[in-house]
Formats: sequence, C-alpha cells, structure tokens
Amino acid sequence: MGIDRRKFLTIAGLTAAAAIGKKTLGDSLTADTRELLPKDESLVGKRWAMIFDIKKCLHKDGCTVCMDACHQIHNVPDFGNKKDEVKWIWKEPFEHALPDNESPYLEEEFKDKPVIVMCNHCDNPPCVRVCPTQATWKREDGIVMMDMHRCIGCRYCVAGCPYGSRSFNWRDPRPFIKNENPEYPTRERGVVEKCDFCAERLAFGLQPRCVEVCPEKALKFGDLEDPESEVRQILHDNFAIRRKPGLGTNPQVYYLV
Amino acid sequence: MLEKAITGSKKYWAWVGFLMLVIFVGFLFYLRQLSHGLTVTGLSRDVSWGFYIAQFTFLVGVAASAVMVVLPYYLHNFKAFAKIVILGEFFAVGSVIMCMLFVFVDMGQPFRAMNIILHPTPNSLMFWDLFVLSGYLGLNVLISLIVLASERKGIAPPKWIKPFIIVSIPWAVSIHTVTAFLYSGLAARAFWMTAVLAPRFLASAFSSGPALLILLAIIIRRITRFDAGREAIQKLGQIVAYAMCFNVFLILMELFTTLYSDIPEHLHHFEFLFFGLDGNTTLVPWMWTSVVLAIVSIVLLVNPKTRRNENILAFACVTVFVSIWIDKGLGMVVTGFIPSPLGDVPHYWPTWTEFMISMGVYGIGALLITLFYKMTLSVRGQIKSESNTEEFEEVAAEAKPAG
Repeated sequence: MGIDRRKFLTIAGLTAAAAIGKKTLGDSLTADTRELLPKDESLVGKRWAMIFDIKKCLHKDGCTVCMDACHQIHNVPDFGNKKDEVKWIWKEPFEHALPDNESPYLEEEFKDKPVIVMCNHCDNPPCVRVCPTQATWKREDGIVMMDMHRCIGCRYCVAGCPYGSRSFNWRDPRPFIKNENPEYPTRERGVVEKCDFCAERLAFGLQPRCVEVCPEKALKFGDLEDPESEVRQILHDNFAIRRKPGLGTNPQVYYLV
Repeated sequence: MLEKAITGSKKYWAWVGFLMLVIFVGFLFYLRQLSHGLTVTGLSRDVSWGFYIAQFTFLVGVAASAVMVVLPYYLHNFKAFAKIVILGEFFAVGSVIMCMLFVFVDMGQPFRAMNIILHPTPNSLMFWDLFVLSGYLGLNVLISLIVLASERKGIAPPKWIKPFIIVSIPWAVSIHTVTAFLYSGLAARAFWMTAVLAPRFLASAFSSGPALLILLAIIIRRITRFDAGREAIQKLGQIVAYAMCFNVFLILMELFTTLYSDIPEHLHHFEFLFFGLDGNTTLVPWMWTSVVLAIVSIVLLVNPKTRRNENILAFACVTVFVSIWIDKGLGMVVTGFIPSPLGDVPHYWPTWTEFMISMGVYGIGALLITLFYKMTLSVRGQIKSESNTEEFEEVAAEAKPAG
C-alpha cells in the first residue's frame, strides 16, 4: 500500500508539529520541574545486586561509616533503645547473618565477626507475597520498594521476612532524626520501612550511599543482567554466598568470604 | 425483636453496665495507643505480633466452633441441640466481631484499614482471611436473625435459609484454615511452618469453643429459665472430649517431628516454650500449666463417670479452655518470633495498655453476646425477671407454638 500525497503531507505536518511542540515544551520547563524528569544519566539496570566483601570490611574494626551515612540521608531515627529500633543497614555476627555457613573451623576466622546486613531485594520476596495492600512491591529492576502512604502497619511483611530486614515505626520517628535530610521524606508512626537500594539516588545516576562512602570499597553495586558489569565479573571470579538461599527467596546481596 | 435486648432486670443492667465500663476503660487506653503509637505495647522490632494477634487467632477458633452445634442439628437432625443451636450462632457472631477488632487495634495505621478493600491482593492470605471472616459474620447474622424471627412468630424457618446454613458449615472450617495459612505459609518462621497447624487450630477450636458453650449453658440455666437440656450438654461434652484428644494428638505429632529430626531452627522454639532459651523463660510456667491442664481435662472427659457428672464436666471444660487459651492466646504467636530469624532471643510480655485494650475488646464481645442471648431468651419467654410482665406474657404466648 503506497502513501498518497495527502497522507504524506499529514504525517509530515504532524511530525513537524510534534518536534516544535516538544522543543517549546522543553524550553518552558523551569529548572525545578526538570529535576523531576528522569535524567539521561540515571542508572538503569535490569537486576540490581549488591556484593559485600567480608574480609575487606573486617580491615577496619568498628567502622560504621556506611550505616551512619545511610541512616543520615534516609532520615532513619535513633531512639536509643532496641525495642523501637529502626534500621536499614547494620552489622550482625557472622553466624547470625549466615547461619547456613557456620562450621567449627570457619568459626576461628569469622566467629562473632560482624557482617553487614540489609534488605536482600529478593527475586522472590516473601514480604511482597504477604502484603495485603501492595504497599511493598518489586520493581522491574528488582528493587523491593515500600509505599509508606499505603502501608496499613499490619506487619505481615515483618513476620514474612526471613532476614529481619524490616523495621516498624512503633512511635513517631520525626523527633528522633538527628540531622534531617530535606531531600528524602521522613516517615510517620505506624508504617514499615527498610533499605531501598537507594532508588532515589539511582534515578540521578548515583551509586547507593553505602557503596559510595565505604572507605575499604567493600561494597559493590551493579546490574547482574549486564554481562559486562563489574558485579558480574566479581561473581564470575569469586565464590560468593547468600543468606538462607535454601528458602528459595533468591536474595540479591552476595557475600564474598 | 432487637428491643428485647433493652428491657431487663436490675441484675441484667448491672452486668451490661459493668461491661460498658470495661469497654470504656479499654477505649481510653486505645486513645492512648492512638496518640503514642504501638510503642505503648510490649511489641518490638523482633516480636512484632503479640497479644492482640494471639487473641484474634484464639477467637477465630471460638467462632468456628459454632459448627459443632450447627452440623449435628442441621445435617444429622440431632434434636437435642434445637435450643442451643442459635446460641452457638450468636456466639460466633460475637467472636468474629472480636477477631476483627483485635486485628484493628493491632494496626499501625488503623485509619487506612480500607486499603485492604481498595487494593485487593489475592496473593496475601490476609485478604482471604478478611473475606472468609466477613462472609462468616454475614452468614451467621443472617441465619440467626431469620431463625429467631421465625421462632418468634411460631413458624418454621423459611426454606431459603437452609442453603445458607449448609454453606455456613464448611465456611466455619474455612475461617480457621485460612487463619492457620496466615502463619503456616511463612518460610521465615520455622515454628509456624507446619502442615499440621490448620488441623491443630481446628481441633483446639472444636474443643475450646464447645467447652465455653457448655459453661455458658450452665451459667444461663442458673440465671434464667433457659435450660439447654442434659442431653445437649452431655453431647457437647463428648465433642469436647474427642476434639481435645485429637488436639493433644496433633501437638504430639508436631513434637515428634521436631524432636526426632533435631533441626535446631525448629527445636529452639520448643526449647523456648518449655525450658526457656538464653535465660528467657517467660512462657515456661504457662506452658507447663497448659500441659497439666490438658492432661487433667482428658482424664476427666474421657472417663464417662466423671464426664456425666455435670460439676466435674464444668471443671473439665474450664481446664480445656484455659489450657488452649495459654497454647494459642499466649504461646503460639509470640514463639514464632523467639528466637528471631537472626538468632536473637527477644523478650515480650504484654503491657497494661495492651492488656486493657484487649479487655475492652473482650468486653465488646461479651456485651454483644449478652444482648443476643437476652434477645433470644426474651423471645422464648425464658427470662426469670418479671420486671416487665407485659412483655413476658406477650413473649410466652408467642413462644409456645414454636415449642
């Protein structure tokens, strides 16, 4: 079927109009609204994953740089007690974090040694399966997200997570945020929260904060679907373990031992 | 018909007034929880469900147990239950309402409760639990009101109600099955992840529910003209005996699998329950009490001589009820969190606020059941009080043809 003159002109006209329209629209945007549009330099991945090098981390005893940085930019409150505690990234003794991998001989090197833990952004997340309101869901790129405005605070996800990665706001967190970051929302009482792989930073082409600040470069973050990515290379060259892989959750935080 | 609930003797009003007071106090504590958040409970990051959710679970069982009078009466035409079948149904209505309230008071954002309906999520068992509980509530309200209205007119219930009654039987089983699935589908919690959980829930429900119904029937006989009849009470006693044996049998199945397989992840929870873990012995005295009461109840219920003695039967029913309440209302939920998936052994005990709010919810349930029973017994003219003789005569005249 050929294109007659009339059709050609219509298409040409529409294309031109669209091009002009786009240009004017683009020009009329203020600097503020442009911030909200996805930037060209945003990090786009198909399967985000984190790799944590336990030995590198152990170089610096008692280091809390990643935890402090994460909790600061995400407005995570510090209540000063274990009962109300909210945390996104923290340290657990090796045998607590990786219970499937303990042995009497491994213990000499790793016993009671701290391992960084956070949300595993499971490929098959039980928390998403149990949520009655879809307030937590898995994005296309694998990030398990939270909608703090939809969450009803039933804490079924907390019961469903095999890694203890989720925290509930037992009380109003706002008075307990030390150094508030105005660029990230604070939460209200009665909702669940957890690590979001810094989705808000990825949108601006930035690496997760914990990866960025680690003085030992013990954390690596990248796209596992990309065969050329650094994280793929690391997993190809090293033996990595995951937390409770037998549960079939397919966690996406890998540990190098 | 509903007006029957608002006329009564001084004793009746004293009881209603007492319940209103309990509800009011519970409500004040709930306001405290609303303004401070769930931090006023004993719950924590590691033990995120506690007393509220445990009461919800226990009461789902009590609600489901109505089927133990409905099934013999409607399916097997067991006439001795004719008088108490409606009490069982009203009992279920009160219990389901308490269940829903216990979930409500446990919510961090109660004003967003409608999100469960606005964003229906069939992959969540909580969606299904809400569905089956509301359905069960609707069925029982409909059935009991229609049957009572017919009884008042002295006619047989309309034929169209029968299918609803038949459906309510498997529906009762479904509410406790789905409630067990809330827990048993979680890979994160080894203590709950057992296929025997739903059958265990049903067995414990079918013993604790009828046990409570026996006790209520005995109490009601003392304060009103209503007599459920010896045959009905004895039959219920048999049901409690069988169900309690089956319940204990299922617990033993659970113990065998856990102890023989010797998997620490499963074992630690039972260790915490019966011996304490890392110095945390919160539930140990309770659990052993539950064990002793369970044994005592089985001895008294299985032996026909003791079961046929109504005083001993009543005592046995108390032991069944308390034993199962400890098992489900204290042990079952909390132990899923102790130890935590990271191996910590957190502490949990309900606070006063939590306890008083729970009492408030129980008060609402007790008040509803009182009003329903008052209504039923007034319709039947079986209220002792003659404070309102006119009503009594009118009712008595109506009730007679119903027999």
